[in-house]
Amino acid sequence: MGIDVSSIKADFPIFDRQINGKPIVYLDSGATSQKPNAVLDAMDNYYRNHSASVNRGAYTLAAEANDLVDEARQLVADFIGAPNTHEVIFTKNATEAANLFAHSWGRSNLSQGDVVVITEMEHHANIVPWHMLVESNGIELRWIPITDSGELDLSELDVLLDGAKLVSVTAMSNVLGTMNPIRRIADAAHAAGAIMMTDGSQYVPHVPTNVTEMGVDAMIFTGHKMLGPTGVGVFWGTTELLEAMPPFLGGGDMIMQVTKEGFTTNALPHKFEAGTPMVAEIIGLGAAIKYLNNIGMEQVREHEVALTAYALRSLNERFGDDITIHGPSEPASRGGALSMAYKEVHPHDLSQVLDQANVCVRAGHHCAKPLMQVMGVNSTARASLYIYNDEADIDALADALESADDIFGMGF
Amino acid sequence: MPGLEDLYKEIILDHYRNPRNRGELPPPACKTEGFNPLCGDEIVVYAHIVDDHIVDIKMGGQGCSISQSSASMMSQAVKGKSLDEVRKLTGEFKAMMSIPGKDDAPAASESSAAEIEAAKAAASAGDAGNIAGAAEKPDLSMGDLSALKGVVKFPVRIKCAVLSWNTLLEAIEQAS
Repeated sequence: MGIDVSSIKADFPIFDRQINGKPIVYLDSGATSQKPNAVLDAMDNYYRNHSASVNRGAYTLAAEANDLVDEARQLVADFIGAPNTHEVIFTKNATEAANLFAHSWGRSNLSQGDVVVITEMEHHANIVPWHMLVESNGIELRWIPITDSGELDLSELDVLLDGAKLVSVTAMSNVLGTMNPIRRIADAAHAAGAIMMTDGSQYVPHVPTNVTEMGVDAMIFTGHKMLGPTGVGVFWGTTELLEAMPPFLGGGDMIMQVTKEGFTTNALPHKFEAGTPMVAEIIGLGAAIKYLNNIGMEQVREHEVALTAYALRSLNERFGDDITIHGPSEPASRGGALSMAYKEVHPHDLSQVLDQANVCVRAGHHCAKPLMQVMGVNSTARASLYIYNDEADIDALADALESADDIFGMGF
Repeated sequence: MPGLEDLYKEIILDHYRNPRNRGELPPPACKTEGFNPLCGDEIVVYAHIVDDHIVDIKMGGQGCSISQSSASMMSQAVKGKSLDEVRKLTGEFKAMMSIPGKDDAPAASESSAAEIEAAKAAASAGDAGNIAGAAEKPDLSMGDLSALKGVVKFPVRIKCAVLSWNTLLEAIEQAS
């Protein structure tokens, strides 16, 4: 049984809004998702009824706030198949999670000539922290290339992995929608003596996720792309890895003992959560996960494969050679990020035209400039799908694309 | 919501389709590059400056219709001009694009409080939310560039329009 999009839409107050008398066609969930009432209410409820700092007070309110955060951490752990709840570390976002790992594990474990392997389709969050280690620690950064169809070219993987200490690969490209064979790469990384991290920012919100089955040692992702609020992300690592890592930020909460001479670190997960955490946001993320669980992640994935198939079919049928949709053509092997080129219209101009019909797409380099360079473009227009999108949204996108012809002409 | 006809005027599209002064110049012309980190637009300015005059200019890079047409129009407007004239024109252009108070925006800083209030009112009526000093002031020296005035109604696109001008200013600084 499929998803009932109209009843889902009713849970999202933003879809009650009209701009210039027309509904919003939101196709930018790859950038950030909209939020259901359940998430807004959970955060509101914390501030109205349970507001207190966590991990400190002995009074009832503080205990309630603690329970809400503990519950959210448990929800996250279960959602990604983490063997232990204390392995879930809350961060500001996925970028901070990547930096936590690079600064903590990277700086203390990598030295001159050590190899980190990433791919040409990474988001800047999984590139720049490693560039910084090239500068600070003298590591070597290697890149798994992509094929013309936007998939990883693993033909030289063994060569690339020679001497690698870390392999860090996105589970799903935010530009191409490509789903990468994380298990296969993780096994190869381990065989080569490296550890494996994956960027789940685009994957976790859309596909049933189990870090143990993926075979990874660490994963980063963010709350706001999965119906949760901004300001909360997750670093997940195995207990073994986290225990061996030095702390990242120092301050309150992350200590066991502080004297004039020094400090000792708190137990997981607090060791990596210095200072007062984003309590409301963590609770909001927990509510988002409950909402997704209620629909069922298998259903979420099924819906998006079907809608991606419809989008690829209908856009290609309607526009033929005038449209190029980057990335894999098989819906079952990709996510719902549809980066496109329409005729010769520049993506920035295209998104401006689409905005006239309240069709929200992202134009730009999607924080993936090396990928843009490999693709030979400087930007794309990207429509990205989620549970509240349906075929009517795709049709609205297609109609709006056609209206670009009025301004930019056929032979442009 | 402002209509697209305010943004995509025919003259803008003409400069986009047929960019003027497109190409490169060898040294001693100086070369500067500008990037819009938001959308990936790139502008390359090659300016040959002799005796405080831009004797030749060529433009490279890639980007949207607004960034590229602005670059094309700018190259026409500044070719042969003295650096003082170019700085003044840049100030006027940026004032038109609602960036008040900067060193390069004499038109904005010279505006009276009443003019600024009037511009604010006009801007809010136009739903642009900007505080342009000289937004509604006709300026004949702008020529084709006046066509870009509509960009201020689309605040996200202002950066596209001023990218080439900032890149040119860098070239002038390098040369002087």
